[in-house]
Amino acid sequence: MYNVWTIAKREYSQYFSSPVAYLVAFIMLTILGVFFFSSLVIAMSPQAMQQGYVPNIDVVLWWLGLLLAILTPALTTRLLAEERRLGTIELLMTAPVKDWELVVGKWLGAFLMLVTLLAITLIYPLVLDQLISPGIDQGPMMTGYLGLVLISAALVAIGVFISSLFSNQVAAFITTLGVVIFFWLVTGLIVRVMGSMGGVSEWIRYLDISGPFNNNLLRGVLELRDLIYYLSVTALALFLGTMSVEVRRWG
Amino acid sequence: MIQVEGLTKDYSSRRAIEDLTFHADQGEILGFLGPNGAGKTTTMRILTGYMPPSAGKAQVAGFDVVDQSLDVRRRVGYMPETIPLYPDMTVFEYLKFMADLRRVPDVDDRVDELLDRLGLLDRAESYISNLSKGMRQRVGLAQALVHDPDVLILDEPTLGLDPVQIIEVRNLIKELGQRHTILLSTHILSEAQQVCNRVLIINKGRIVAEDTPERLQDRLTGARRISVVVSGDADGVEAVVGAVSGVTRVTGREDGKLEFETLPGADPRPEVARALVQAGYDLLEMRAIGVSLEDIFLQLTRDEPSPLEPAGDELLENELPE
Repeated sequence: MYNVWTIAKREYSQYFSSPVAYLVAFIMLTILGVFFFSSLVIAMSPQAMQQGYVPNIDVVLWWLGLLLAILTPALTTRLLAEERRLGTIELLMTAPVKDWELVVGKWLGAFLMLVTLLAITLIYPLVLDQLISPGIDQGPMMTGYLGLVLISAALVAIGVFISSLFSNQVAAFITTLGVVIFFWLVTGLIVRVMGSMGGVSEWIRYLDISGPFNNNLLRGVLELRDLIYYLSVTALALFLGTMSVEVRRWG
Repeated sequence: MIQVEGLTKDYSSRRAIEDLTFHADQGEILGFLGPNGAGKTTTMRILTGYMPPSAGKAQVAGFDVVDQSLDVRRRVGYMPETIPLYPDMTVFEYLKFMADLRRVPDVDDRVDELLDRLGLLDRAESYISNLSKGMRQRVGLAQALVHDPDVLILDEPTLGLDPVQIIEVRNLIKELGQRHTILLSTHILSEAQQVCNRVLIINKGRIVAEDTPERLQDRLTGARRISVVVSGDADGVEAVVGAVSGVTRVTGREDGKLEFETLPGADPRPEVARALVQAGYDLLEMRAIGVSLEDIFLQLTRDEPSPLEPAGDELLENELPE
């Protein structure tokens, strides 16, 4: 575990000397700020006042989820791909570090970075809480943020796995983006279309990463199976990442 | 310290090394000499636990590289050919990270000690991206030394350095050789001669010769090549030189320039000079041409029935003068 922590620590501090992390934070917070602001403006319009509309936090959190899905690949793509390009992978693979420790360390560093970003966004619920009475609904906020943390874990793990397959960062980035968008948006769409036509088979629901978040966690519903779902995706992706590093040794 | 037996590595389409057997004893500096693509890096990667061999066995510091890979890695310091550095870390951060990975106690002290030893103290806070090639090489070496390993494996440690830096690094390696067992690869013969106790010559994945640098030198440069330049009319000069005893293989280069080889052990240079002057030529220059690795390969492969046939000890015993 000590090795995992050593690698994670380096990875985490590395983000603060890379423009990519600042860019991701900038884009995320700016877009979120604009949506937050406009939802406040809408809520203060006469019509909304008349209808008794109260803005809720899930508006912000839904967008935050989507932004995470789109921006996480930018943070994960270099994790192992860059090590390959720089040749530093040779250093890590000849140090007394097990392959899974390397993969999990990389994952943990990027995951903690995303959690830091998520912590900064807590400012929006706090502001909203001051603006409306009797304050925001605490339930959906808690489960919503839990959902975001779980989604980060899963997305970063997928990113680490894909990064382990490439030495070209652009290729790793585009692949990760494609995979994440597919499982975030496309499968969700398929589920909805098939749902309107009748039966949705269970397995395609499992492919929809955003499903448990949008359907349950954002609404304040906490189900054990959703927790297990995200944790299994994380574990599976980390396992595949470790396998990929190991297989590369035999190259 | 290093025991290798029948080591073979196949890549998907190509056999990189075939049936390598060698050993390095405690406190020895073993040189791995060969052209690019001979299998040096592959062998080193196997010994450092980076990749497993396809066949054969290797032990480092008493541990098997496949079954006890982590134990091997704990005791080996490795500097790959492309020095693996993180450009956006400072020298100190980088070495501290490596020391942490190696679980070195008193990390800060150890890193300071290494920086001092390698002359990097004033660069500790520099970003690695701003370092010169020579400085990077030193950082790479510091990284390999950070856990005070029993065995040091250095892949082309002087590649791309300027002459002053090359001498510095060679001296450093010699100094390190007093406490560590070192396996280093190079494609420069003189480097192997200066630094190593014993040299393995490897070509196309096989060991073609193994000996101390001195004996290898004697054997390989037993025939020395000498270049001669005379001025003016140079007709017939080759015949004059060729007539001197101890001279073989005279080859004319351009006008007034020629090269000859000597018989092993003979030094006919004074006689050649005298003969040339007596024959009325103006001798401008006479110098020994250093033997390049290419010459050695030509020589080794000329001595053998087939380039892929491993020479081994048999050939050495036959060839070496008692």
